[in-house]
Amino acid sequence: MKSFQTLDGNEAVAYVAYRCNEVMGIYPITPSSNMGEWCDQWSSEGVKNLWGTVPHVIEMQSEGGAAGTVHGALQTGALTCTFTASQGLLLKIPNMFKIAGELTPTVFHISARALATHALSIFGDHSDVMSARTTGFAMLSSASVQEAHDFALIAHAATLEARLPFLHFFDGFRTSHEVQRIEMLGEDQMRAMMRDDLVIAHRQRALSPDRPKLRGTAQNPDVFFQAREAANPFYDACPGVVQKAMDQFAEITGRRYNLFDYVGAPDAERVIVLMGSGGETAHETVEHLVAAGEKVGVLKVRLYRPLAVQAFVEALPASVRRIAVLDRTKESGSAGEPLYLDVVAALNEALANEWGPLTSMPRVLAGRYGLSSKEFTPGMVKGVLDNLAADRPKNHFTIGITDDVSHSSLDYDPAFSTEADKVVRCMFYGLGADGTVGANKNSIKIIGEETDNYAQGYFVYDSKKSGSMTISHLRFGPQPIRSTYLVSRAQFVACHQPVFLERYNVVQNLVDGGTFLLNSPHGPAEIWGTLPRPIQEALATKKARLFVIDATSVARDTGMGARINTIMQTCFFALAGVLPRDEAIEQIKKSIKKTYGRKGDEIVRKNIEAVEQTLANLHEVPVPAAADSTLELLPPMSTDAPEYVQRVLGPILGGTGDALPVSCFEPDGTFPTATARYEKRNLALDIPVWDEVTCIQCAKCVAICPHATIRMKVFEESCLAGAPATFKTANARNPDWKGLKFSLQVAAEDCTGCALCVDVCPAKNKSEARLKAINMAPQAPLREQERENWDFFLGLPEMDRRKVKVTQLRQQQVMQPLFEFSGACAGCGETPYVKMLSQLFGDRAIIANATGCSSIYGGNLPTTPYCQTAQGLGPSWSNSLFEDNAEFGLGFRVSLDKQNELAREFVQQLGGQIGDDLVTGLLTADQTNESGIHEQRERVARLKEKLTGVDVPNARMLLSLADSLVRKSVWILGGDGWAYDIGYGGLDHVLASGRNVNVLVMDTEVYSNTGGQMSKATPRGAVAKFAAGGKQAGKKDLGLIAMSYGTIYVASVAMGARDEQTLKAFVEAESYDGPSLIIAYAHCIAHGINMVAGARQQKAAVDSGQWLLYRFDPRRKDRGENPLQLDSGAAKNRVQDFLLSENRFKMLAKARPEQARALFETAQQDATSRWQLYSYMAARKLNGASEAVVGKSE
Amino acid sequence: MDLTTNYMGLKLNSPLVPSASPLTRDVAEIKRAEDAGASAVVLPSVFEEQLRLESAELDIALEQGAESFAEATSYFPSVGEFRLGPEDYLDHIQKAKAAVGIPVIASLNGTSVGGWTDYARQIEAAGADGLELNIYYIPTDPELTSPQVEQTYLDILKAVKGTVKIPVAVKLSPFFSSLANMARRLDAAGADALVLFNRFYQPDIDLDNLEVEHSILLSTPQARRLPLRWIAILHGRIQASLAATSGIHTAADALKVIMAGADVAMLCSVLLRKGVAQIAVIEREMRRWLEEHEYDSLEQARGSLSQKSVANPAAFERAQYMRVLSTYELA
Repeated sequence: MKSFQTLDGNEAVAYVAYRCNEVMGIYPITPSSNMGEWCDQWSSEGVKNLWGTVPHVIEMQSEGGAAGTVHGALQTGALTCTFTASQGLLLKIPNMFKIAGELTPTVFHISARALATHALSIFGDHSDVMSARTTGFAMLSSASVQEAHDFALIAHAATLEARLPFLHFFDGFRTSHEVQRIEMLGEDQMRAMMRDDLVIAHRQRALSPDRPKLRGTAQNPDVFFQAREAANPFYDACPGVVQKAMDQFAEITGRRYNLFDYVGAPDAERVIVLMGSGGETAHETVEHLVAAGEKVGVLKVRLYRPLAVQAFVEALPASVRRIAVLDRTKESGSAGEPLYLDVVAALNEALANEWGPLTSMPRVLAGRYGLSSKEFTPGMVKGVLDNLAADRPKNHFTIGITDDVSHSSLDYDPAFSTEADKVVRCMFYGLGADGTVGANKNSIKIIGEETDNYAQGYFVYDSKKSGSMTISHLRFGPQPIRSTYLVSRAQFVACHQPVFLERYNVVQNLVDGGTFLLNSPHGPAEIWGTLPRPIQEALATKKARLFVIDATSVARDTGMGARINTIMQTCFFALAGVLPRDEAIEQIKKSIKKTYGRKGDEIVRKNIEAVEQTLANLHEVPVPAAADSTLELLPPMSTDAPEYVQRVLGPILGGTGDALPVSCFEPDGTFPTATARYEKRNLALDIPVWDEVTCIQCAKCVAICPHATIRMKVFEESCLAGAPATFKTANARNPDWKGLKFSLQVAAEDCTGCALCVDVCPAKNKSEARLKAINMAPQAPLREQERENWDFFLGLPEMDRRKVKVTQLRQQQVMQPLFEFSGACAGCGETPYVKMLSQLFGDRAIIANATGCSSIYGGNLPTTPYCQTAQGLGPSWSNSLFEDNAEFGLGFRVSLDKQNELAREFVQQLGGQIGDDLVTGLLTADQTNESGIHEQRERVARLKEKLTGVDVPNARMLLSLADSLVRKSVWILGGDGWAYDIGYGGLDHVLASGRNVNVLVMDTEVYSNTGGQMSKATPRGAVAKFAAGGKQAGKKDLGLIAMSYGTIYVASVAMGARDEQTLKAFVEAESYDGPSLIIAYAHCIAHGINMVAGARQQKAAVDSGQWLLYRFDPRRKDRGENPLQLDSGAAKNRVQDFLLSENRFKMLAKARPEQARALFETAQQDATSRWQLYSYMAARKLNGASEAVVGKSE
Repeated sequence: MDLTTNYMGLKLNSPLVPSASPLTRDVAEIKRAEDAGASAVVLPSVFEEQLRLESAELDIALEQGAESFAEATSYFPSVGEFRLGPEDYLDHIQKAKAAVGIPVIASLNGTSVGGWTDYARQIEAAGADGLELNIYYIPTDPELTSPQVEQTYLDILKAVKGTVKIPVAVKLSPFFSSLANMARRLDAAGADALVLFNRFYQPDIDLDNLEVEHSILLSTPQARRLPLRWIAILHGRIQASLAATSGIHTAADALKVIMAGADVAMLCSVLLRKGVAQIAVIEREMRRWLEEHEYDSLEQARGSLSQKSVANPAAFERAQYMRVLSTYELA
């Protein structure tokens, strides 16, 4: 019996891979992470493979490590596979040559993704797999979720017989994350494809002391070449093996595939050749055009390596005259992209050998499309086919962009559509936090599994982690859906958050007569009047039906909080008509029980209550014949922004970045900093409001603010001339600032409303203790007033940095942050550290940032949070890779040191022109404090003046190097995944180098950016992906390892526990003329905590002894002191009390109480013995010198 | 000396019963209490509201940030079913039952009528010998009338009694306008015992942090006076058993409440302070006192100083209170 399920490509592949293997060595990387996660989950649930055993899943420290483990497991006979993408695949390449060279059967499942070049991209194209095409792996390409499921099995079956390893790839996001209804393979079908004799043969080839042999030899010129050629017969045979497997698969399942599948007119003259999900769109378009009488076709390449030349040409129609080969990759400098070159070579060879139906060489054109998940639509397919028909077709073209630099791009008609009327198309605009995507996935499951419809869902997420917009694209209909592109003409559009209407024309894709569903606090009588003119106009012109519901109130009344998902889902089913209303509601309730059942009856009850309350609150609103609103859409960006920001970054922000031409971009990937300030995201419903009377000016709120939206300044009273009426000040309380004014100002339009500031505020209102010195209040009524106040505040003078005591938080926080308004999560635990760094050293900092959360909120387009002083100084930032960040930063240091040295040499050489005093000043400057740096900057300015126009050798060289005479601060930033795992080897080497670099590890104790996978920083007992049963091993003590060198400044800090200890650590680390390592505890949404309590959780971690505060300063040894100072005292609370306050631990206690009890007890022992060790180390006397002070360093 | 007593239909070897407290959260501690002579134990309350909150909080925490960002569509793995209902509590009942021979009385604090009955049914199925309804309820709504509050108590009791067969006790607060009438109505509604009285956590103010703080305040012997009076008044006037709780720290305290009419004397603060072994000390001293004073059994003393058995019944009434107050020397 046929069985259908609705799932995404990653799950569809993992489902097969898990059942066909015994061992999986993995490492998380987007967009492939979910495959390993599914396998790990099934393994932890005891799901068995085809041979009745539970596979082992092992998470490694990097993809390189995973590949090594996979290689080892294969060499010793286990059926082994892995999953990866992009940079991960690159890291596996060395092992892939070995695995292929040793004729080892395995399958690497790849959700193909762009490689980082001028920029990183997590999205899909073939640049990763094309980089692996020389490894000797067979390469099988699937184009849809169904194919990915099917080809996973075909690859596993074929690899055993062919003895070649397989790289099975499908498009990242478009296939890996697209949800489709597919026909599932049964265990018996899979079993029939997987031959036991071949499994046994694989085991018998394995290394075993029972059958001693040797592989991995070193060979010399005499034999290497011949031995390399010995494998040729396997490559020759492989296509036949794959076709045989496809034939067998067709017999078993009825789904037929070939090495190359041609679709189109039998007498086609124009044919597109391509691989991957674009093949589905090309297929749909070609069928549409053929029905209209056009002689066109598409050849979908399934087996790309080994390329079966004869089968390829035999699959082409004899009538073909022109071929466009589309590559979803770019190989700069080549004669053409790889598939194109292969096709040209294949045709040439086939003609020479008289293979296939062709008698003459067709015209072959090359084109690039779809890089980084760029849309590939029927209009583009038609554009490519039209180009083939042109008298002088463009070669080496691009499709889908406007290339106004090299003029490679083809024109196409974006309005061309091939979508059948029978396909229902829907779009949903939601907020990340409101559950829209989850609800839509659920709806697709209901439609796909409870009706006869085929269903497809694709989800577009934001580049920001806070207040992010999601757009869900759903299709369903009676035939399989091949539309691998976004919905552009929707019969149903839902806007789940009324705030989107301010900036986005959410109904622009609605078809005439379509339905628009809006969640709004305004009732049916007044809603029309609140809509902006373009939206009214679109609804009126399209004669749309408008429905409104106050889902937010329904959610609040039924205890659902911000989650309006179930309510909006109920409206969707009520309006879309895919199922009778009552049946739809029953299905929703059934699925609620299934989805939420494991979370307890209460959650199920609330959701069902919400469903029941929905329809009574859903109202149809008559749409007038014409618009009457004067309200216009807001521009995506502040109109104060510089021209470039408005012209280029504005459209990206507004969702129209696809239309930007090539000329808008620097060819080397450079972007300006200080652009986040123009976004004015207005995310917060409530913002902090300062009470200047209650405030004690401790600056804790300023320090903890993750988005730098709370600032303080101290200034002369005279600066207040012209201040807005509502601008607040107080007399500065700090004795050093006697007579000056103090102001604390909130950037109301940039605040995310996280309320961390209120939580850390220690001052209480003397008449009403619920109030603090900073309190949350609704943003909307304050927006205008605070915008004016903020602008005035920014105009106030900055405090002279030389006058600030940098180790006192209440003074230091007056320093201007050079990191502001990032896209980090509301309440982020990492960004306060980055901001503090930027305040202290940002004007001379250069930052190497490991890939991860900090590189995303630091460097993801469209805007940049790193910014500049009024003098134009500020952090210069770059992200190289995930794994090499320490080395990348060390490169900065070595380079800067060399340039400094060279500049000094030139200064000496050019002493005559410069003058002795200035030479001496420049070369002997004390730059250990702000005054020294300030003076050196002035000297460098004088030097530049003197050198300008001097025409002696090396004067211009010195001019170009002069700035390097000012001390630069090199910072190496990253998370625990980088520092503890993938980058650890490099970090260790860099720390051991003795060079003056500063490493900041923001330790969230889990891979936060990729969704919560276990790292070696994850503490014992925490639940994380790949540690579903709670992490069994203890946390690696990175600080202790670093201290063992004795020459590295090491600090362990937690700003929420003791902010001044953090501050001291930053100042000391930077001042140390050698390597420094700061390990900073960062709370995170992956901890399962209420983020408003982030700082409290940090304190709780320290108070329980789970996290220690200390500083290890090698300079103290020179003074005869113990280098280690413990800054936290003995535990005040039990570790378990802390663990149970965070759901990453508590969920284990709730799901597996026995395991939790044992792990939590061991965690207590970990903390106790760690405290004993550290207090012993800190108390040691050095050479009879003074005893270290324990827990009293401040 | 025969110390046996009948409490809510359970035959107990002595009147000394550790009441609901952190001590009875631990099965080993319950076993030690049995060894020291506890005749039954009351387990700490399972709070429906807390379980509901925990479940909601876990849901929010685990869904936080999900489906918002392309690289991280979720932040936690699936770890299977969560035990978010009273499962842990039911396990505890079963473990306690398996570890000791004395009756194990569960305690329940519900928030919804459905919650009270569902949990009561599960508690009975887990093997509890009796159920104490801990109707932890501070009526703060000025619109809520006394009859409404009283009716809530009665409704809960009736619903639970209609659901389970094990005996049901009601733990009361002293704050009723007419406690005697309330007791009689609960008795009529089928209460097998009344436990006098519930000691609510009393808030205090933390001057350093300007916050309201809730800390457990252990009882003093003075606290015993309140239940003593009401037990003395109720003894013999209702069918339900009577348990005294609050301020029973010594054998003398226990004897006094029993003479007032209590069927059992519940111990808490004294055990938290001195350990469960103190039960044996109290029992030994009770025996000694009864023997020294030539009682045949404890039963003989029970209610001997209740209101209806004393020479001056008015001693338990309001006038007496006034006299005590007026003779109190003000500092």
